[in-house]
Amino acid sequence: MIAPKPPVPLTAAPLISNWIRVSPEGEITVLSGRVELGQGNASAICRMAADELGCVPEALAFEAGQTGLTPNEGFTAGSMSVSGGGQAVRWAASAFRNLLLKAASDRLGCETADLCLADGVILRDGEPTDLEFGTLAGDVDLDRPVTEWAAPLAAETAHSADTLRLDLKERLVGSPFVHDMERPGMLHGKPVHPPSMSAELQDLDLEALRARPGVVAVVRDGSFVGIVAETEVDAISAARWARGQARWVDRAQVPNDAIQAIGASREPADIVVQTGTVDEPAGRWFETTVSRPYLHHGSIGPSAAVAQWQEDDLSVWCHSQGVYQLRTALGMVFKIPEEGITVIHRPGSGCYGHNGADDAALDAALMARAVPGRPVKVVWSRRDEFQAAPMGPGMVTRCAATVDDDGKISSMRLEVNSAPHANRPSVNGTPNLRAAAYLERPMPPAPSTDIPIARGGGADRNAVPLYAIPNVEVSKRIVHALPYRSSSLRSLGAYTNVYAIETLMDEIALELGIDPIVFRLAHLHDERAKSVIEAVDDFAGSWRREPRGQGIGWGLGFARYKNTAGYCAVMARVEVDQEIRVTDIFATADIGEVISRDGALNQIEGGIIQSMSWTLKEAARLEGGQAAAENWLDYPILKFSEVPEVAVRLLERPDQPPLGCGEISQGPTAAALGNALRSALGVTVQDLPLTRDRVMQALF
Amino acid sequence: MTDTDVTFRVNGEDRTVRTGADIPLLYALREELGLKGTRFGCGDAACGACTVIVDGAAVTSCDLPVSAVAGKAVETVESLDTDPAHPLIDAAIDHQAAQCGYCLPGILMAAKALLERNSRPERSEIIAALDGNLCRCGTHTRILRAVEQAAAVMAETCE
Ligand code: FES
Ligand code: FES
Repeated sequence: MIAPKPPVPLTAAPLISNWIRVSPEGEITVLSGRVELGQGNASAICRMAADELGCVPEALAFEAGQTGLTPNEGFTAGSMSVSGGGQAVRWAASAFRNLLLKAASDRLGCETADLCLADGVILRDGEPTDLEFGTLAGDVDLDRPVTEWAAPLAAETAHSADTLRLDLKERLVGSPFVHDMERPGMLHGKPVHPPSMSAELQDLDLEALRARPGVVAVVRDGSFVGIVAETEVDAISAARWARGQARWVDRAQVPNDAIQAIGASREPADIVVQTGTVDEPAGRWFETTVSRPYLHHGSIGPSAAVAQWQEDDLSVWCHSQGVYQLRTALGMVFKIPEEGITVIHRPGSGCYGHNGADDAALDAALMARAVPGRPVKVVWSRRDEFQAAPMGPGMVTRCAATVDDDGKISSMRLEVNSAPHANRPSVNGTPNLRAAAYLERPMPPAPSTDIPIARGGGADRNAVPLYAIPNVEVSKRIVHALPYRSSSLRSLGAYTNVYAIETLMDEIALELGIDPIVFRLAHLHDERAKSVIEAVDDFAGSWRREPRGQGIGWGLGFARYKNTAGYCAVMARVEVDQEIRVTDIFATADIGEVISRDGALNQIEGGIIQSMSWTLKEAARLEGGQAAAENWLDYPILKFSEVPEVAVRLLERPDQPPLGCGEISQGPTAAALGNALRSALGVTVQDLPLTRDRVMQALF
Repeated sequence: MTDTDVTFRVNGEDRTVRTGADIPLLYALREELGLKGTRFGCGDAACGACTVIVDGAAVTSCDLPVSAVAGKAVETVESLDTDPAHPLIDAAIDHQAAQCGYCLPGILMAAKALLERNSRPERSEIIAALDGNLCRCGTHTRILRAVEQAAAVMAETCE
């Protein structure tokens, strides 16, 4: 068996029928609570089922993310699609297979051991019988517990790991996105968002707005304003007009420098890990304080949704990461029973965390209420996407270490101060949908309790060093005092915390005159961690021979994501003159059993490139209480001409459970870039992003 | 405002759009003609998601009034969905040159315009042709390899 313990999602959805449906014709549908967000998980999960059933993934239909139909697996987040949901599907498919073989053996009067499944047909001693999925489907009761029947095949026999993306062509030439949806009688909606969470609508001539061309309805509820129009173009121009006319007041007190305010916060802090004592530091003292700004998700397609009311029932199509959680949140806002709400996932543009998808769904539902029976499609503007979606929170992490006389780190202390990472819909008992906070009867978000370390942590994710250090203390402080809306962005606190730990590791090693790789290996007991670092050293090959300084540098960053998921080491080469140019990236990763090789590589490469973009270029522009970027000129991201060669190698471990890979490269990439810059210029830039200005500040 | 008709060729066929205001080409394609492969990303000519080809040149359609293409030939990503598929589609799938795929139609059209004027571009020329197209999923290196493969395949079939 592949995993000794049943996958966690089987606790809430224990029956085979929760995961697999068979039509009378023998068509098999895999049901998954894990939605496809562009990361290829649907294809990987299909592959896992297909391997068990002895068929090709294309032979299976796939349904994900629909309330009332698919299992509730919480949010598609945390890089757990394959390691959690995929494993559950694999177990369910295995159980289904064993039931089919049992039914076939009953019919044929032989042992199940003589039978196998191939391309939908039962083989006996390798020869086809006349029994197929379809003929046997009626014999099998799928309302049986998965765990009673599951015995998943071993990874080596199961598959080749060369899984193709089944949905790709449709994404290139078709119209699969929620943005593309058409429904009979559909109207087009646009919100006029308050510029900040604390802004109140003072004045807007709703009658004049209703008289704009093509406008069908105008909705005002508190400070929420929505316009419903016949066509997309009419809706856009009415919204533009309204934005020019609307007067808002904002009385919130706002600090000048948000990051400084986060770093200086005295809100209560929690100690999340304490081993040994760090109070009486022995040995040499090293410390760093790093920060990252608020970041935008920056999906290329803005958030979108379609909503429709039929009497008191609401249907919503959207690219939410959690259809059940959004349903709960919508139930709170509209005060209707959840049974009357259906939320159906439809693809959106790439999703890197808690973006505006759920907010757009509420916007659409609020507008659709004004036109009962008619669907309303809402596609946010680019400006909405920058200004209204949750941001990745600003953070400040202090990391201090003592080193004993043997050159070993004897203690490490991390203090993480961060704006909230965990404000997803309906967690903490409030809707956590943007407009809900400024309706006539407002439902502002409850204070974020963050994610406990046992579930990977939020702000403190990867704040506990993987290195063998006898005395460790980690504390976190969630800073609620700032007016900006923030929530989960790919890798949560890991990005900043890995940057802090890994740049400090290099500082210490260089100060002690020890090779940074040797220094890290000396502090690791985890063999898989060591192998990944040794492999990247090997892979990057020439880096040891090239002279450093004078504007050329190499740097390493390493982490095991959440200290429980995939391992990743990144080595970066930079050239610095007037500009900072990243010329090469090498990365190695151990994600256990590999389900979809090219899919995993794509995720890791994409993570590296996105993290490069955050690290080199990105900072949300804050003005007063508002996120002020309006367009891509205000918030540039990495372009083709700035992307280096990125080479990634997997250390495959077919005998180990599959581990998530979608977020493993964010932190190591940032650290590799910081350390490469350090190696080129002799200083570590502590405040991200690593722009030319920041480098100049650090140098002079 | 009185409605006017604008006629232009789309993927080889003459089509007419009746429009009151002079709407952007993007919405004429998506809403009036039902060609939804061309995507809205920003509306500011800053991301390339809406790129189409007009008389051989890659242009952003979100800021181009439909009247400006009257009588011209417009190509959208749907024109690549032939049987057999256009080499750019095969190459993008072979290299898994996408994650969400939202940026891809614009990128494929920018690449097609490049390959039509320069059948064997250097990598630096591909990069220059795609530099106005953003991809947030980070599939850039795969896209570059895919365009190179498509160029090679197209050159072979031309010989
Ligand atoms: S949508 Fe036209 S360039 Fe962004
Ligand atoms: S593949 Fe998602 S934006 Fe390019």
